[in-house]
Amino acid sequence: MANMNQTDRPPIYLDYSATTPVDIRVAKKMIPYLTEHYGNPASRSHPYGWTAEKAVENAREEVAKLVNADPREIVWTSGATESNNLAIKGAANFYASTKGKHIITIATEHKAVIDAVRELERQGFTATYLEPEPDGLVDLAKFKAAIQPDTVLASVMLVNNEIGVIQDIEAIGNICREAGVIFHVDAAQATGKVKIDLASLPVDLMSFSAHKTYGPKGIGALYVCRKPRIRIEAQMHGGGHERGMRSGTLATHQIVGMGEAFRIAREEMASENERIRMLRDRLLAGLKDIEETYVNGDLSHRIPHNLNISFNYVEGESLIMAVKGIAVSSGSACTSASLEPSYVLRALGRSDELAHSSIRFSIGRFTTVADVDYTVELMKSKIDKLRELSPLWEMFKDGIDISKVQWAAH
Amino acid sequence: MAYSDKVLDHYENPRNVGSLDKNDPNVGTGMVGAPACGDVMKLMIKVNDHGIIEDAKFKTYGCGSAIASSSLVTEWLKGKTVDEAYSIKNSAIAEELALPPVKIHCSVLAEDAIKAAVADIKAKQSAKATA
Amino acid sequence: MSSVYFDHNSTTALKTEVLEAMLPFMASQHGNATSRHSFGRTARAAVEHAREQVANAVGAYANQIVFTGSGTESNNFAVRGICSNLDKGQILTSAIEHPCVSRPALAIQTSVMQAKSIHVDSNCNINLAHLQKLLLTPTSLVSAMLVNNETGVIQDITKVAEIAREHKAYVHTDAVQALGKIPVDFFALGVHAMTVSSHKIGGPLGAGALVLDKRIDIQPLLYGGGQEKGLRSGTENVAAIVGFGAACDLATKNLSAFDVHTANLRDHLEIGLAKLNAVIFGYNGFRIANTSFFAFKNVEGETLVTALDKAGFAVASGSACSSDSTEPSHVLLAMGVPEDLARGAVRVSFGLSNTVQEVEHFLLALKQQLTRLRNLTAVAA
Repeated sequence: MANMNQTDRPPIYLDYSATTPVDIRVAKKMIPYLTEHYGNPASRSHPYGWTAEKAVENAREEVAKLVNADPREIVWTSGATESNNLAIKGAANFYASTKGKHIITIATEHKAVIDAVRELERQGFTATYLEPEPDGLVDLAKFKAAIQPDTVLASVMLVNNEIGVIQDIEAIGNICREAGVIFHVDAAQATGKVKIDLASLPVDLMSFSAHKTYGPKGIGALYVCRKPRIRIEAQMHGGGHERGMRSGTLATHQIVGMGEAFRIAREEMASENERIRMLRDRLLAGLKDIEETYVNGDLSHRIPHNLNISFNYVEGESLIMAVKGIAVSSGSACTSASLEPSYVLRALGRSDELAHSSIRFSIGRFTTVADVDYTVELMKSKIDKLRELSPLWEMFKDGIDISKVQWAAH
Repeated sequence: MAYSDKVLDHYENPRNVGSLDKNDPNVGTGMVGAPACGDVMKLMIKVNDHGIIEDAKFKTYGCGSAIASSSLVTEWLKGKTVDEAYSIKNSAIAEELALPPVKIHCSVLAEDAIKAAVADIKAKQSAKATA
Repeated sequence: MSSVYFDHNSTTALKTEVLEAMLPFMASQHGNATSRHSFGRTARAAVEHAREQVANAVGAYANQIVFTGSGTESNNFAVRGICSNLDKGQILTSAIEHPCVSRPALAIQTSVMQAKSIHVDSNCNINLAHLQKLLLTPTSLVSAMLVNNETGVIQDITKVAEIAREHKAYVHTDAVQALGKIPVDFFALGVHAMTVSSHKIGGPLGAGALVLDKRIDIQPLLYGGGQEKGLRSGTENVAAIVGFGAACDLATKNLSAFDVHTANLRDHLEIGLAKLNAVIFGYNGFRIANTSFFAFKNVEGETLVTALDKAGFAVASGSACSSDSTEPSHVLLAMGVPEDLARGAVRVSFGLSNTVQEVEHFLLALKQQLTRLRNLTAVAA
């Protein structure tokens, strides 16, 4: 039995999908660019600038290598949110006059995609927010049917941040190519977790983030395909950096960090993913003994890092409060300031109650077997305690069908 | 979200968790809230022949503040008359637990639960009287 | 690198105290500031502390600070965000603005919202009479920088704001080059929005802020998770924001030392430059202490900068952001400097780490290189 006393140790971090710690190898590579080689990479007149520029270009190569792209196809941004905004608004605005003003996206996309599309709707575009199947995956026939003659752009994430399911990007991309629709993929949650080969994938634009892959916060990239050549309208204007697609002084140390993080991901992802899969399976095996638990999202088309489970008849916020010994998330971190149930789980057709009682466990590079075992024991004891408190659990045990009860609104 | 020490205390060590015999004519039950809204409270009170609440038990599905609010009222109810219980206001609960504005509805729900339990015991007693 | 760094207006070395403040947030304190567990709450507390520090440095309240990724982003956010909520009225930017102010204005202009340029005089001061004249046409936004990055000339933004407000226009100022060099007081300036940046004051690259009058309506540039009260989505760059905050504290503390120290260096430099018959731009303007922008007749700036670099001195030929191009400085052209003289421009910008001895060595190197280059030209001619 693991030690259940929660106060004598820092919580176990199982929220790697919200953000990851910077790998120490990455931090070591970054620090000289903060202190010693601090030149502005756009300064062409002295070695401070040249050193910085060389580091930026090396990092660009590393990012390109992880996803098998040409370094010239990589544009630096401040993170995946900016990449998504730049890709969606930039491509939609550029191609609106030739292709049309309809956009397709998925109801379970990250807020940065959904809200960028909503902003375009305010500017006169129309949009289809396609509901995924109950397992979280996009039905290809339904996707194809959503395409209209004036569809300019489709945006589908490779890996979902809440439930970790992997979409069939190749098939969706082929449908888009056939229909002449620009295809954007948010891959913020995918790098280092699934193999990405942009030389063969029919993808026009792809967003990346460093801080989900053991790199620093505040840096990301956008892949802009050269063959076929995709054009985007810049969203940020200024010195004309990044071939005019994205202006602003480049944060050399952060770019260096992203390059190193992606290099490590490329070299270590195969063995790392095997280890993480073992840990996830151990976690799942431990938790599925608990009565009335439901895994959210398909388990086979899924990254090994993610487990999203609803614990029926236990309220989500009290559950989070009960499991202070572990750092996990209920719903996506970006929206967890609100008390709304996760819109992703709602889109899968989960009831409000099940959506409210969901926990996302995300496992990563520094998770240990002991962490997983502690988590299983902690969850078991706390779920027991909360169900002991729950009138719904009592009713369920008495054989009452809660969905048939008439609840007084309040 | 930061919880007050009193909320944390009631949440960690809830008082009077459980159920009473709902078929007992001296037991009143109040169940309020809805699962879809994220909180359901069940409050049971046992009233003696002098109209004094002898025992109170609760079960709550909801956030830490909802659990603390119901735990607190079970402590307050014991020894009170049914009419005194009926006059407990949500503001007193919210004040005692230092609930933030977004959690005031938890104290409202606890007040509703008391009123529902009192109404139930009164209905049972008047049924007994007319029988 | 052994060369002497005289390019502090381009970017500055990270201060040791700043790095120390940042390190925990690059390692053990790695939380996402939006997460509700203890990692997230620690990150949130650090971001809010930094917000206080930035607010203190610019004379504003913490709730007026919106963190962004850079000065460029803040400027784009201000120009686009303020104008996109208005359907008409011209956008006025001064002729000496950084392109990240003037370019977004051009990008969003329409037939009913034209972008126009406010003239400056030969001392790099905004021509207030021209501003008055332009304002006779309804105007949505006036954007003018507090300190010019090339000449170092300080504008009378309080006056600009007063005039613009009389004409019901919003006012934005780019204060990136002012912070840490002169006192910056958001309320005293009377503007509606103000841009500041971390890496110009010994903070890290990757953090900037827009200081906002809370009463104005501004549209975000980035949509998503709703961070920064919905005004700037995207996971907070906690380490950079913490570094920005720490750098602001230091900048305030070192403000007068910076002024005294760099003014002394510049006086040394400019006495030497006068002996070499340099033309110093903005010399009669009211300048920040650390900057000297000058040229020599018949000496090409790019060539001189390269020669100085070989001699071990890192200086700039124009603003780094536009140093991809070989165009003469738009700032100098706006001041009415002839194009051939403008092509000779060299900028020296000092920091606290520079010494008088470095300046003396620089003047010697400069004299040698000038003689060499003039001989070459003479031979060629």
